Amino acid sequence: MEDTRTLRFFNRGPSAVARLVFFSVLSLFLLFVDARFKYLESTRQVIAVIIYPLQKLTSLPGEVWNGAGAYISLQRYLVADNAQLHQQHDSDAAQLQQLQVVQAENAQLRALLEVKQRDTYGVQMAQIAYIERDIFKRKLLLDKGTQSNVQAGQAVVDNTGVVGQVTRVYPWLSEVTLVTDKDIAVPIQVVRNGLRAVVFGSGNISELDLRYQPINADIEVGDVLVTSGMDGTYPPALAVAKVTSIDRDPAYPFARIACLPLAGVDRHRTLLIVSSVPPLPERPASEAEEQAPKRLKNKAKRSQP
Amino acid sequence: MRVDLEKDREFMLPASTAFIALSFLAAVTLAWLPWRGMGLVLRPDFVGLVLLYWCTHKPHRVGIGMAWVLGILVDVADASLFGQHALAYTVLAFGGLVLNRRVQMFNLREQSLHVFALLLASYVVYALVHWQVRGFVAWEYFIGVATSAALWIPLTHLLQALRHKRRDPNEL
Repeated sequence: MEDTRTLRFFNRGPSAVARLVFFSVLSLFLLFVDARFKYLESTRQVIAVIIYPLQKLTSLPGEVWNGAGAYISLQRYLVADNAQLHQQHDSDAAQLQQLQVVQAENAQLRALLEVKQRDTYGVQMAQIAYIERDIFKRKLLLDKGTQSNVQAGQAVVDNTGVVGQVTRVYPWLSEVTLVTDKDIAVPIQVVRNGLRAVVFGSGNISELDLRYQPINADIEVGDVLVTSGMDGTYPPALAVAKVTSIDRDPAYPFARIACLPLAGVDRHRTLLIVSSVPPLPERPASEAEEQAPKRLKNKAKRSQP
Repeated sequence: MRVDLEKDREFMLPASTAFIALSFLAAVTLAWLPWRGMGLVLRPDFVGLVLLYWCTHKPHRVGIGMAWVLGILVDVADASLFGQHALAYTVLAFGGLVLNRRVQMFNLREQSLHVFALLLASYVVYALVHWQVRGFVAWEYFIGVATSAALWIPLTHLLQALRHKRRDPNEL
Protein backbone atom coordinates (compact mmCIF):
# COMPACT_ATOMS: atom_id res chain seq x y z
CA MET A 1 0.00 0.00 0.00
CA GLU A 2 1.87 2.99 -1.26
CA ASP A 3 -0.33 5.57 0.38
CA THR A 4 -0.24 4.47 4.01
CA ARG A 5 2.58 6.92 4.53
CA THR A 6 1.49 10.24 5.93
CA LEU A 7 1.51 13.27 3.72
CA ARG A 8 5.02 14.52 3.31
CA PHE A 9 5.37 17.78 5.16
CA PHE A 10 8.50 18.88 3.41
CA ASN A 11 9.64 18.97 -0.12
CA ARG A 12 6.14 19.05 -1.60
CA GLY A 13 6.88 21.53 -4.29
CA PRO A 14 5.03 24.81 -4.60
CA SER A 15 1.92 25.29 -2.46
CA ALA A 16 -1.57 24.78 -3.83
CA VAL A 17 -2.22 28.51 -3.91
CA ALA A 18 0.97 29.12 -5.88
CA ARG A 19 -0.01 26.44 -8.37
CA LEU A 20 -3.54 27.83 -8.62
CA VAL A 21 -2.18 31.26 -9.41
CA PHE A 22 0.35 29.90 -11.90
CA PHE A 23 -2.12 27.79 -13.87
CA SER A 24 -4.85 30.44 -13.71
CA VAL A 25 -2.50 33.03 -15.14
CA LEU A 26 -1.42 30.55 -17.81
CA SER A 27 -5.06 29.85 -18.74
CA LEU A 28 -5.94 33.52 -18.80
CA PHE A 29 -2.94 34.21 -21.00
CA LEU A 30 -4.00 31.47 -23.42
CA LEU A 31 -7.56 32.78 -23.36
CA PHE A 32 -6.39 36.26 -24.15
CA VAL A 33 -4.13 35.13 -26.98
CA ASP A 34 -6.80 32.83 -28.42
CA ALA A 35 -9.65 35.33 -28.20
CA ARG A 36 -7.73 38.35 -29.46
CA PHE A 37 -5.08 37.14 -31.88
CA LYS A 38 -6.02 33.60 -33.00
CA TYR A 39 -2.36 32.56 -32.87
CA LEU A 40 -3.04 29.12 -31.48
CA GLU A 41 -4.78 27.50 -34.45
CA SER A 42 -1.79 25.31 -35.32
CA THR A 43 -1.42 24.11 -31.72
CA ARG A 44 -5.11 23.34 -31.68
CA GLN A 45 -4.77 21.35 -34.89
CA VAL A 46 -1.91 19.27 -33.48
CA ILE A 47 -3.88 18.41 -30.34
CA ALA A 48 -6.97 17.75 -32.45
CA VAL A 49 -5.05 15.17 -34.49
CA ILE A 50 -3.83 13.49 -31.29
CA ILE A 51 -7.32 13.15 -29.80
CA TYR A 52 -8.98 12.31 -33.12
CA PRO A 53 -8.91 8.50 -32.54
CA LEU A 54 -10.59 8.87 -29.16
CA GLN A 55 -13.26 11.13 -30.63
CA LYS A 56 -13.82 8.58 -33.37
CA LEU A 57 -14.17 5.91 -30.70
CA THR A 58 -16.85 7.85 -28.85
CA SER A 59 -19.00 8.16 -31.94
CA LEU A 60 -18.62 4.44 -32.68
CA PRO A 61 -21.59 3.16 -30.61
CA GLY A 62 -23.94 5.53 -32.41
CA GLU A 63 -22.59 4.54 -35.80
CA VAL A 64 -22.85 0.83 -35.01
CA TRP A 65 -26.43 1.37 -33.82
CA ASN A 66 -27.35 3.24 -37.01
CA GLY A 67 -25.54 0.74 -39.19
CA ALA A 68 -27.26 -2.20 -37.51
CA GLY A 69 -30.60 -0.44 -37.85
CA ALA A 70 -30.07 0.08 -41.56
CA TYR A 71 -28.92 -3.50 -42.00
CA ILE A 72 -31.94 -5.11 -40.42
CA SER A 73 -34.55 -2.62 -41.61
CA LEU A 74 -37.52 -4.41 -43.06
CA GLN A 75 -37.77 -4.98 -46.77
CA ARG A 76 -41.26 -3.54 -47.10
CA TYR A 77 -40.02 -0.26 -45.70
CA LEU A 78 -37.30 -0.26 -48.29
CA VAL A 79 -39.77 -1.02 -51.07
CA ALA A 80 -42.12 1.76 -49.93
CA ASP A 81 -39.19 4.11 -49.59
CA ASN A 82 -37.96 3.23 -53.05
CA ALA A 83 -41.40 3.79 -54.60
CA GLN A 84 -41.66 7.15 -52.93
CA LEU A 85 -38.21 8.16 -54.11
CA HIS A 86 -39.09 7.14 -57.67
CA GLN A 87 -42.21 9.27 -57.53
CA GLN A 88 -40.21 12.18 -56.16
CA HIS A 89 -37.62 11.68 -58.87
CA ASP A 90 -40.25 11.76 -61.61
CA SER A 91 -41.82 14.96 -60.38
CA ASP A 92 -38.39 16.50 -59.87
CA ALA A 93 -37.40 15.52 -63.40
CA ALA A 94 -40.40 17.38 -64.79
CA GLN A 95 -39.47 20.46 -62.83
CA LEU A 96 -35.86 20.08 -63.91
CA GLN A 97 -36.93 20.16 -67.53
CA GLN A 98 -38.66 23.46 -66.96
CA LEU A 99 -35.66 24.71 -65.02
CA GLN A 100 -33.37 24.02 -67.94
CA VAL A 101 -35.58 26.03 -70.24
CA VAL A 102 -35.79 28.86 -67.74
CA GLN A 103 -32.04 28.76 -67.21
CA ALA A 104 -31.36 28.98 -70.91
CA GLU A 105 -33.83 31.82 -71.22
CA ASN A 106 -32.25 33.57 -68.25
CA ALA A 107 -28.77 33.21 -69.72
CA GLN A 108 -30.01 34.65 -72.98
CA LEU A 109 -31.73 37.58 -71.29
CA ARG A 110 -28.68 38.29 -69.19
CA ALA A 111 -26.54 38.22 -72.30
CA LEU A 112 -28.96 40.64 -73.98
CA LEU A 113 -28.76 42.99 -71.02
CA GLU A 114 -25.00 42.47 -70.73
CA VAL A 115 -25.24 41.49 -67.07
CA LYS A 116 -22.40 39.32 -65.80
CA GLN A 117 -23.38 35.66 -65.84
CA ARG A 118 -24.02 34.06 -62.51
CA ASP A 119 -21.25 31.65 -61.67
CA THR A 120 -22.19 28.08 -61.12
CA TYR A 121 -20.67 26.45 -58.11
CA GLY A 122 -19.79 22.91 -57.24
CA VAL A 123 -20.68 21.10 -54.07
CA GLN A 124 -18.90 18.55 -51.97
CA MET A 125 -20.77 16.10 -49.80
CA ALA A 126 -19.75 15.68 -46.17
CA GLN A 127 -21.06 13.73 -43.22
CA ILE A 128 -21.66 15.30 -39.84
CA ALA A 129 -19.01 13.79 -37.60
CA TYR A 130 -19.77 15.42 -34.28
CA ILE A 131 -22.28 17.83 -32.86
CA GLU A 132 -21.02 20.64 -30.71
CA ARG A 133 -20.99 19.69 -27.07
CA ASP A 134 -20.93 23.28 -25.87
CA ILE A 135 -24.36 24.51 -24.96
CA PHE A 136 -23.41 28.11 -25.74
CA LYS A 137 -22.64 27.54 -29.38
CA ARG A 138 -24.34 26.33 -32.52
CA LYS A 139 -21.62 24.43 -34.28
CA LEU A 140 -20.93 21.03 -35.73
CA LEU A 141 -18.00 19.18 -37.21
CA LEU A 142 -17.97 17.67 -40.70
CA ASP A 143 -15.73 14.81 -41.76
CA LYS A 144 -13.95 16.70 -44.57
CA GLY A 145 -10.99 18.94 -43.87
CA THR A 146 -7.93 20.46 -45.48
CA GLN A 147 -7.17 17.02 -46.94
CA SER A 148 -10.30 17.44 -49.10
CA ASN A 149 -9.58 21.09 -49.93
CA VAL A 150 -12.16 22.53 -47.61
CA GLN A 151 -11.39 26.13 -46.72
CA ALA A 152 -12.63 28.34 -43.95
CA GLY A 153 -15.36 30.63 -45.23
CA GLN A 154 -17.13 28.17 -47.49
CA ALA A 155 -20.90 27.97 -47.19
CA VAL A 156 -22.61 24.77 -46.04
CA VAL A 157 -26.07 23.93 -47.34
CA ASP A 158 -28.57 21.10 -47.31
CA ASN A 159 -31.31 20.34 -49.81
CA THR A 160 -33.54 23.13 -48.51
CA GLY A 161 -31.22 26.00 -47.72
CA VAL A 162 -28.19 27.44 -45.98
CA VAL A 163 -27.07 25.62 -42.86
CA GLY A 164 -23.97 27.60 -42.00
CA GLN A 165 -20.41 28.45 -42.80
CA VAL A 166 -17.09 26.64 -42.37
CA THR A 167 -15.25 28.59 -39.70
CA ARG A 168 -12.26 26.45 -38.84
CA VAL A 169 -10.54 23.65 -40.73
CA TYR A 170 -8.63 20.70 -39.29
CA PRO A 171 -6.77 18.12 -41.40
CA TRP A 172 -9.72 15.69 -41.46
CA LEU A 173 -12.50 17.75 -39.97
CA SER A 174 -14.04 21.12 -40.49
CA GLU A 175 -16.02 23.14 -38.01
CA VAL A 176 -19.27 24.61 -39.24
CA THR A 177 -20.93 27.51 -37.45
CA LEU A 178 -24.67 27.29 -37.99
CA VAL A 179 -26.67 30.30 -39.13
CA THR A 180 -28.41 30.25 -35.76
CA ASP A 181 -25.13 30.93 -33.91
CA LYS A 182 -24.99 34.22 -32.08
CA ASP A 183 -21.87 35.35 -33.94
CA ILE A 184 -22.98 34.84 -37.51
CA ALA A 185 -24.67 37.18 -39.97
CA VAL A 186 -25.96 36.33 -43.45
CA PRO A 187 -26.64 38.99 -46.09
CA ILE A 188 -30.06 38.27 -47.56
CA GLN A 189 -32.72 39.55 -49.89
CA VAL A 190 -36.46 39.28 -49.49
CA VAL A 191 -37.75 37.21 -52.42
CA ARG A 192 -41.04 39.12 -52.71
CA ASN A 193 -39.58 42.59 -53.22
CA GLY A 194 -35.80 42.24 -53.38
CA LEU A 195 -35.23 44.20 -50.17
CA ARG A 196 -31.64 43.78 -48.98
CA ALA A 197 -30.95 43.10 -45.31
CA VAL A 198 -28.77 41.09 -42.98
CA VAL A 199 -30.09 38.27 -40.85
CA PHE A 200 -28.38 37.44 -37.55
CA GLY A 201 -28.30 34.24 -35.54
CA SER A 202 -30.04 34.44 -32.20
CA GLY A 203 -28.21 31.66 -30.37
CA ASN A 204 -31.52 29.81 -30.29
CA ILE A 205 -31.65 26.68 -32.46
CA SER A 206 -34.83 27.60 -34.34
CA GLU A 207 -34.65 31.35 -34.61
CA LEU A 208 -32.94 34.07 -36.61
CA ASP A 209 -33.27 37.82 -36.13
CA LEU A 210 -33.72 40.31 -38.94
CA ARG A 211 -32.30 43.37 -37.26
CA TYR A 212 -32.01 47.06 -38.07
CA GLN A 213 -35.13 47.23 -40.21
CA PRO A 214 -37.21 50.40 -39.75
CA ILE A 215 -40.71 49.97 -38.39
CA ASN A 216 -42.27 50.64 -41.76
CA ALA A 217 -40.02 48.19 -43.64
CA ASP A 218 -41.87 46.25 -46.32
CA ILE A 219 -41.61 42.83 -44.76
CA GLU A 220 -44.52 40.52 -44.08
CA VAL A 221 -45.00 37.33 -42.16
CA GLY A 222 -44.28 34.45 -44.53
CA ASP A 223 -41.69 36.27 -46.60
CA VAL A 224 -38.85 34.03 -47.75
CA LEU A 225 -35.31 35.31 -47.35
CA VAL A 226 -32.58 34.14 -49.74
CA THR A 227 -28.86 34.89 -49.79
CA SER A 228 -28.03 37.98 -51.81
CA GLY A 229 -24.52 36.82 -52.62
CA MET A 230 -23.38 40.32 -51.90
CA ASP A 231 -20.52 39.49 -49.56
CA GLY A 232 -18.81 36.93 -51.76
CA THR A 233 -19.17 34.22 -49.11
CA TYR A 234 -22.55 32.71 -49.85
CA PRO A 235 -23.59 32.05 -53.43
CA PRO A 236 -26.70 34.03 -54.37
CA ALA A 237 -30.29 32.75 -54.19
CA LEU A 238 -30.01 30.07 -51.53
CA ALA A 239 -32.96 29.95 -49.17
CA VAL A 240 -32.10 31.02 -45.64
CA ALA A 241 -35.20 31.71 -43.58
CA LYS A 242 -38.86 32.53 -43.45
CA VAL A 243 -40.32 35.43 -41.46
CA THR A 244 -42.47 34.11 -38.62
CA SER A 245 -43.36 37.16 -36.58
CA ILE A 246 -43.01 40.92 -36.80
CA ASP A 247 -43.30 43.21 -33.80
CA ARG A 248 -43.69 46.82 -34.90
CA ASP A 249 -43.49 48.62 -31.57
CA PRO A 250 -43.25 52.40 -32.13
CA ALA A 251 -41.28 52.70 -28.88
CA TYR A 252 -38.28 51.18 -30.62
CA PRO A 253 -36.51 52.56 -33.67
CA PHE A 254 -36.39 49.16 -35.36
CA ALA A 255 -38.97 46.46 -35.89
CA ARG A 256 -38.34 43.16 -34.17
CA ILE A 257 -38.53 40.47 -36.82
CA ALA A 258 -38.11 36.80 -35.99
CA CYS A 259 -37.40 34.21 -38.70
CA LEU A 260 -37.34 30.44 -38.85
CA PRO A 261 -34.37 28.86 -40.65
CA LEU A 262 -35.54 26.95 -43.72
CA ALA A 263 -32.69 24.46 -43.80
CA GLY A 264 -32.72 21.60 -41.38
CA VAL A 265 -30.14 23.28 -39.21
CA ASP A 266 -30.57 20.65 -36.52
CA ARG A 267 -31.49 17.73 -38.77
CA HIS A 268 -29.74 15.54 -41.37
CA ARG A 269 -26.52 13.56 -41.27
CA THR A 270 -25.19 14.65 -44.64
CA LEU A 271 -24.56 18.21 -45.72
CA LEU A 272 -23.10 19.88 -48.80
CA ILE A 273 -20.08 22.16 -48.71
CA VAL A 274 -20.34 24.71 -51.48
CA SER A 275 -17.00 25.22 -53.21
CA SER A 276 -15.77 28.71 -52.62
CA VAL A 277 -17.34 31.44 -54.66
CA PRO A 278 -14.81 33.23 -56.90
CA PRO A 279 -13.49 36.25 -55.00
CA LEU A 280 -15.02 39.58 -55.82
CA PRO A 281 -12.74 42.46 -56.81
CA GLU A 282 -11.31 44.13 -53.73
CA ARG A 283 -13.47 46.73 -52.07
CA PRO A 284 -11.97 50.19 -52.50
CA ALA A 285 -10.89 51.77 -49.23
CA SER A 286 -13.07 54.70 -48.23
CA GLU A 287 -10.09 56.96 -47.47
CA ALA A 288 -8.78 56.37 -50.96
CA GLU A 289 -11.84 57.93 -52.51
CA GLU A 290 -10.17 61.28 -53.02
CA GLN A 291 -7.14 59.70 -54.62
CA ALA A 292 -9.19 57.47 -56.85
CA PRO A 293 -9.99 60.13 -59.50
CA LYS A 294 -6.26 60.92 -59.77
CA ARG A 295 -5.44 57.31 -60.48
CA LEU A 296 -8.19 57.20 -63.05
CA LYS A 297 -6.74 60.27 -64.72
CA ASN A 298 -3.30 58.69 -64.76
CA LYS A 299 -4.74 55.62 -66.35
CA ALA A 300 -6.59 57.70 -68.88
CA LYS A 301 -3.38 59.57 -69.72
CA ARG A 302 -1.46 56.34 -70.08
CA SER A 303 -4.09 54.82 -72.31
CA GLN A 304 -4.32 57.88 -74.53
CA PRO A 305 -1.05 57.65 -76.46
CA MET B 1 -15.18 4.23 15.99
CA ARG B 2 -15.18 1.20 13.76
CA VAL B 3 -17.13 3.10 11.15
CA ASP B 4 -14.60 5.90 11.22
CA LEU B 5 -11.80 3.45 10.69
CA GLU B 6 -13.64 1.95 7.71
CA LYS B 7 -14.11 5.37 6.19
CA ASP B 8 -10.48 6.26 6.73
CA ARG B 9 -9.46 3.07 5.04
CA GLU B 10 -11.66 3.89 2.08
CA PHE B 11 -9.67 7.02 1.54
CA MET B 12 -6.44 5.11 2.00
CA LEU B 13 -7.23 2.52 -0.66
CA PRO B 14 -4.44 2.21 -3.17
CA ALA B 15 -4.92 3.40 -6.71
CA SER B 16 -2.54 2.58 -9.51
CA THR B 17 -1.54 5.26 -11.96
CA ALA B 18 -3.04 3.18 -14.75
CA PHE B 19 -6.37 3.08 -12.94
CA ILE B 20 -6.40 6.85 -12.49
CA ALA B 21 -5.54 7.34 -16.16
CA LEU B 22 -8.25 4.89 -17.21
CA SER B 23 -10.86 6.65 -15.10
CA PHE B 24 -10.00 9.95 -16.78
CA LEU B 25 -10.13 8.30 -20.18
CA ALA B 26 -13.57 6.92 -19.40
CA ALA B 27 -14.75 10.34 -18.20
CA VAL B 28 -13.47 12.06 -21.31
CA THR B 29 -15.10 9.41 -23.51
CA LEU B 30 -18.43 9.89 -21.76
CA ALA B 31 -18.17 13.65 -22.16
CA TRP B 32 -17.48 13.28 -25.89
CA LEU B 33 -20.50 11.11 -26.62
CA PRO B 34 -22.80 12.86 -29.08
CA TRP B 35 -25.00 14.66 -26.56
CA ARG B 36 -27.60 16.98 -27.93
CA GLY B 37 -30.69 18.95 -26.99
CA MET B 38 -31.92 18.25 -23.48
CA GLY B 39 -29.18 15.67 -23.01
CA LEU B 40 -26.59 18.37 -23.51
CA VAL B 41 -28.27 20.61 -20.96
CA LEU B 42 -28.44 17.80 -18.40
CA ARG B 43 -25.02 16.35 -19.22
CA PRO B 44 -23.00 16.10 -16.03
CA ASP B 45 -19.43 17.32 -16.10
CA PHE B 46 -17.88 13.83 -16.06
CA VAL B 47 -14.30 15.03 -16.33
CA GLY B 48 -14.81 17.56 -13.54
CA LEU B 49 -16.37 14.93 -11.28
CA VAL B 50 -13.63 12.35 -11.75
CA LEU B 51 -11.06 15.09 -11.29
CA LEU B 52 -12.71 16.14 -8.04
CA TYR B 53 -12.84 12.53 -6.87
CA TRP B 54 -9.11 12.09 -7.31
CA CYS B 55 -8.32 15.52 -5.91
CA THR B 56 -10.16 14.71 -2.70
CA HIS B 57 -9.08 11.06 -2.44
CA LYS B 58 -5.51 11.19 -3.73
CA PRO B 59 -4.49 14.82 -3.39
CA HIS B 60 -0.78 14.13 -3.81
CA ARG B 61 -1.32 12.14 -7.00
CA VAL B 62 -3.74 14.29 -8.96
CA GLY B 63 -3.45 18.01 -8.63
CA ILE B 64 -3.83 21.31 -10.34
CA GLY B 65 -1.32 20.57 -13.12
CA MET B 66 -3.26 17.46 -14.14
CA ALA B 67 -6.49 19.47 -14.07
CA TRP B 68 -5.02 22.07 -16.36
CA VAL B 69 -3.80 19.52 -18.92
CA LEU B 70 -7.22 17.82 -18.93
CA GLY B 71 -8.86 21.19 -19.38
CA ILE B 72 -6.77 21.92 -22.46
CA LEU B 73 -7.71 18.57 -23.99
CA VAL B 74 -11.41 19.21 -23.37
CA ASP B 75 -11.02 22.70 -24.81
CA VAL B 76 -9.72 21.34 -28.08
CA ALA B 77 -12.37 18.64 -28.31
CA ASP B 78 -15.18 21.06 -27.52
CA ALA B 79 -13.73 23.79 -29.77
CA SER B 80 -14.07 26.22 -26.89
CA LEU B 81 -11.49 28.91 -26.28
CA PHE B 82 -8.03 27.70 -25.30
CA GLY B 83 -7.84 27.76 -21.51
CA GLN B 84 -11.54 28.07 -20.80
CA HIS B 85 -12.03 24.58 -19.41
CA ALA B 86 -8.43 24.65 -18.19
CA LEU B 87 -9.18 27.64 -15.98
CA ALA B 88 -12.44 26.15 -14.70
CA TYR B 89 -10.77 22.81 -13.86
CA THR B 90 -7.84 24.58 -12.21
CA VAL B 91 -10.25 26.31 -9.87
CA LEU B 92 -12.10 23.02 -9.30
CA ALA B 93 -8.92 21.10 -8.49
CA PHE B 94 -7.79 23.85 -6.14
CA GLY B 95 -11.12 23.63 -4.30
CA GLY B 96 -10.79 19.86 -4.09
CA LEU B 97 -7.23 20.06 -2.76
CA VAL B 98 -8.04 22.70 -0.15
CA LEU B 99 -11.16 20.92 1.07
CA ASN B 100 -9.94 17.32 0.81
CA ARG B 101 -9.35 16.86 4.57
CA ARG B 102 -12.71 18.42 5.31
CA VAL B 103 -14.64 16.40 2.75
CA GLN B 104 -13.25 13.17 4.19
CA MET B 105 -15.05 13.87 7.47
CA PHE B 106 -18.50 13.81 5.94
CA ASN B 107 -20.68 11.04 4.60
CA LEU B 108 -21.45 10.81 0.91
CA ARG B 109 -24.63 12.85 1.00
CA GLU B 110 -22.91 15.69 2.78
CA GLN B 111 -19.99 15.35 0.44
CA SER B 112 -22.20 15.95 -2.56
CA LEU B 113 -23.19 19.32 -1.10
CA HIS B 114 -19.53 20.26 -1.02
CA VAL B 115 -19.17 18.96 -4.54
CA PHE B 116 -22.14 21.06 -5.62
CA ALA B 117 -20.49 24.21 -4.32
CA LEU B 118 -17.12 23.42 -5.89
CA LEU B 119 -18.68 22.55 -9.26
CA LEU B 120 -20.77 25.70 -9.13
CA ALA B 121 -17.59 27.71 -8.69
CA SER B 122 -16.00 26.06 -11.72
CA TYR B 123 -19.17 26.50 -13.82
CA VAL B 124 -19.31 30.16 -12.84
CA VAL B 125 -15.68 30.61 -13.93
CA TYR B 126 -16.45 29.00 -17.28
CA ALA B 127 -19.58 31.10 -17.82
CA LEU B 128 -17.77 34.28 -16.73
CA VAL B 129 -15.06 33.74 -19.32
CA HIS B 130 -17.72 33.07 -21.94
CA TRP B 131 -19.62 36.18 -20.93
CA GLN B 132 -16.47 38.30 -21.11
CA VAL B 133 -15.54 37.07 -24.56
CA ARG B 134 -18.92 36.53 -26.26
CA GLY B 135 -21.14 38.77 -24.19
CA PHE B 136 -23.94 36.42 -23.19
CA VAL B 137 -24.67 33.49 -20.89
CA ALA B 138 -27.11 30.64 -21.42
CA TRP B 139 -28.63 30.10 -17.98
CA GLU B 140 -29.68 26.53 -18.57
CA TYR B 141 -25.98 25.73 -18.58
CA PHE B 142 -26.04 25.79 -14.77
CA ILE B 143 -28.48 22.86 -14.61
CA GLY B 144 -25.40 20.73 -15.23
CA VAL B 145 -24.13 21.56 -11.73
CA ALA B 146 -27.13 19.85 -10.12
CA THR B 147 -26.92 16.71 -12.29
CA SER B 148 -23.17 16.52 -11.70
CA ALA B 149 -23.59 16.81 -7.93
CA ALA B 150 -26.32 14.16 -8.03
CA LEU B 151 -23.87 11.86 -9.80
CA TRP B 152 -21.27 12.19 -7.03
CA ILE B 153 -22.67 9.38 -4.85
CA PRO B 154 -22.95 6.73 -7.61
CA LEU B 155 -19.58 7.76 -9.01
CA THR B 156 -17.86 7.46 -5.64
CA HIS B 157 -19.43 4.05 -5.04
CA LEU B 158 -18.37 2.88 -8.47
CA LEU B 159 -14.77 4.02 -8.20
CA GLN B 160 -14.47 2.70 -4.62
CA ALA B 161 -15.82 -0.67 -5.70
CA LEU B 162 -13.39 -0.82 -8.60
CA ARG B 163 -10.55 0.00 -6.25
CA HIS B 164 -11.65 -2.63 -3.71
CA LYS B 165 -11.34 -5.39 -6.26
CA ARG B 166 -7.59 -5.28 -6.13
CA ARG B 167 -7.52 -6.01 -2.42
CA ASP B 168 -5.82 -9.09 -1.11
CA PRO B 169 -8.49 -11.85 -1.08
CA ASN B 170 -6.99 -13.37 2.10
CA GLU B 171 -7.54 -10.22 4.09
CA LEU B 172 -10.25 -10.40 6.72
